[in-house]
Amino acid sequence: MSRSLVTVDALVVGAGPAGLAAATALKLGGTGTVLVVDREEEAGGIPRLCEHTGFGLRDLRRVLSGPEYARRWVERAVACGVEIRTRTMVTGWAAPGRAEMTGPSGVLEIDARTIVLATGARERPRAARLVPGTRPSGIFTTGQLQQWVHREHLPVGRRAVVVGAEHVSYSAVMTLRHAGVHPVALVTDLPRPQSYRLFDLLVRVGLRVPVWTRTSVAGVYGRDRVDEVLVRGPDGDERSVAVDTVVFTGDFIPDNELARLAGLSIDPGTRGPACAAGGATTAPGIFAAGNLVHPAETADVAARRALSVGRAAATWLRQGGDRTMPGATERVRVADPLHWVVPNMVDPARAGDESVLIRSRVFLDHPHVVVTQGHRLLASYRLRHMIPNRSHHIPSDWWGRLRPGQDVLISVSPRPGG
Amino acid sequence: MTDDHTYDVVIIGAGVVGTAIGRQLARYRLRTVMLDRCTDVGMGTSKANTAILHTGFDTRPGSLESALVRRGHELLTAYAGRAGIALEKTGAVLVAWDAEQAVRLDDVVTKSKANGYLRAHRITLEELYRREPALGGGAMGAVVIPDESIICPWSTSIAYATEAVGAGVELRLGVEVTAVTRDADAWLLRTTSGSLRSDWVVNAAGLGSDLLNHQFGHDEFTVAPRRGQLIVFDKMARPLLSSILLPVPTERTKGVLVAPTVYGNVLLGPTAEDVPDRQDTATTAVGIHGLFDAARRILPDLINEEVTATYAGLRAATEHPDYQITTHDREHYACVGGIRSTGLTASLAIAEHVVDGMGAGGLSLAEADHEPAVPHMPQLAERATRAFEDTRMIEDDPAYGHIICFCERVTEGEVRDALRAPVPAVDLGGVRRRTRATNGRCQGFFCGAAVAAQFASG
Repeated sequence: MSRSLVTVDALVVGAGPAGLAAATALKLGGTGTVLVVDREEEAGGIPRLCEHTGFGLRDLRRVLSGPEYARRWVERAVACGVEIRTRTMVTGWAAPGRAEMTGPSGVLEIDARTIVLATGARERPRAARLVPGTRPSGIFTTGQLQQWVHREHLPVGRRAVVVGAEHVSYSAVMTLRHAGVHPVALVTDLPRPQSYRLFDLLVRVGLRVPVWTRTSVAGVYGRDRVDEVLVRGPDGDERSVAVDTVVFTGDFIPDNELARLAGLSIDPGTRGPACAAGGATTAPGIFAAGNLVHPAETADVAARRALSVGRAAATWLRQGGDRTMPGATERVRVADPLHWVVPNMVDPARAGDESVLIRSRVFLDHPHVVVTQGHRLLASYRLRHMIPNRSHHIPSDWWGRLRPGQDVLISVSPRPGG
Repeated sequence: MTDDHTYDVVIIGAGVVGTAIGRQLARYRLRTVMLDRCTDVGMGTSKANTAILHTGFDTRPGSLESALVRRGHELLTAYAGRAGIALEKTGAVLVAWDAEQAVRLDDVVTKSKANGYLRAHRITLEELYRREPALGGGAMGAVVIPDESIICPWSTSIAYATEAVGAGVELRLGVEVTAVTRDADAWLLRTTSGSLRSDWVVNAAGLGSDLLNHQFGHDEFTVAPRRGQLIVFDKMARPLLSSILLPVPTERTKGVLVAPTVYGNVLLGPTAEDVPDRQDTATTAVGIHGLFDAARRILPDLINEEVTATYAGLRAATEHPDYQITTHDREHYACVGGIRSTGLTASLAIAEHVVDGMGAGGLSLAEADHEPAVPHMPQLAERATRAFEDTRMIEDDPAYGHIICFCERVTEGEVRDALRAPVPAVDLGGVRRRTRATNGRCQGFFCGAAVAAQFASG
């Protein structure tokens, strides 16, 4: 049996909110055949696994549960004429623009005039965080825990430590409670929790789960099953916490393998493909959307920004889809303590129609955000605060004032600790 | 005592050495059983090592280890080809990082020759950096060892056990020997699941081999567990090197190396720490950071890549500089101890040596009617055509077209096979070692629950 070859106008890799939104916009922008492939059993992405409510506010303008939200996006894409194939995983590139994949019908190659990568992000697992100790069972990430509980209905444990205090950490607390596991504490090495004050109150006061700040996990131990987590507090003292479960939450890293295999330049901050406004990567014809680009935003932010990626890809196709045209080259960089910026490439052809996302590694009060190109001051903004693991939006009006041939730098002043 | 529990040979320990001996005994008309207190084969030193098939270029010339490593390299290279065990002959470069080490490179070549391995040779710095462009700056000299290879350590023990079991050898897992006595004509072993009698006993208990040796009334060596911590880097790091990057060895240890793995990752380690506890396979912050410091010099770009896993293994070092293999003819007891870090490489040669010794000591080695069949192990090599990309396999069975572990591209069909194999996976770790499932960069974020569910439903 030889490999079958399918030709499409647009291939979208990943059927999460961003992939589905990009595909929808591609279709509405007049693109012929738009195919979305996803390696999971069902389309819809991570929200399928988030039973709690709160989805859809910024894109669908209603409040839905995760699975309902995922279903809406699938329906919307299909209604526009987008084809979705699940259980189909892109495993590599046979040539530029030609994806190799494995699915129920076997191994196939898809030739696409344009490709949108929307492969999402995952939480860094324990090993990648270099937490020492033994390797017993009972160690999860939120994503794994949610599938464990909501999809496969497997037993979890009795007492858990949640590592992290960002949005997704609170989602992990809810999933643990749902599974009958007592969350002993949330642990963050930062001085404060990083999610909404309401979540913090619900968990600390409502559920009486403390948040241990300036505290890190110094080890996880147990023979077959976790029996102890060692935490190091603000004064450097280590103490043992008796639990049988640890959930490592947040600390998102883009699933960038296909992007790297395609030879795309990777942004040092996000570790996703470097992208201009509209998702154009360093390879003409390949676009990137969603949490692959900005690890990790809520589903509605990812979907809304992916709509503009889909529109940009459709425009590129309408304009002839010339892969020999040079891609974007100039970078938008950040200075410490900023963590990353999206978009992080300059595309002088476009005046950006979406806000610029920036993140800080530390808490900042009233930071002055400064955008410069060489010695030229392009813009400066005073923000109320910056919170690690959360994006802050700055306007994109300075895109129009860029000069070609020079990188852009975003920094904050005064520097913290000064 | 029923006849059911009477054996010609009991092998205690089903690591790579014990299973290799079981496989070797399978070709004779003997009733043999392999016992292990773990619930899978290859669970001690055999599963947590550097996964290198050594040429023996740096062993002690004239030692038993030197002879068995050299022979074992040849035997296992051939066997891996027949059984489908992932193996890649990447070669190794041994790099000197200061003048003192550079001076010793000629000794490395000389010693290699004394070990009967003639292909090790010096290369110029220019050749070194052409071969390994990502190598850190400042190397002072290098030796190439063209036949050093990387291998899948898990499949090796499983293949040996599968071949042995297929030829009628019994495998009893989760069984610990609690007492040893002897009457006029046999050993009597009391275990956590009943007693058994045997004419011969082979002690292949690895880290516990000295304690077991005491129970048989012998005291030739003491195991001093040496812990080795290792870091597995993401597959994206694999293009950074083409060969195994070795340091100049010292008396005490082979040192910290960087090696590709047959699964397409990069391995950094091991540390060498004497630990009192024979089960202390915990990693430590000091160990991990020490390895990162070593990597900064050897392969600086490596530390920018994501870490996929960290683990630690214990090697069964003793106070002696050589293997401790003794056959006590009169007692019908063979002890295979002190197999340090070269046991994987030497396993088949150790088995030959031990079984020959037992034959010379009176064990009847009458050939069985059928030669044991070499098993076909599932294809785990990153370089080979694996199930997910094999159009014929998927056509015959669509379960091979359903990838459930995305990072490692493991299919539903392969997980099913691991659960139904002659030496099946009995837990998620067993599935992992047989298929690579959940072993990848996400460590289960995407697939952990699905793999666990397939395991739970059989």
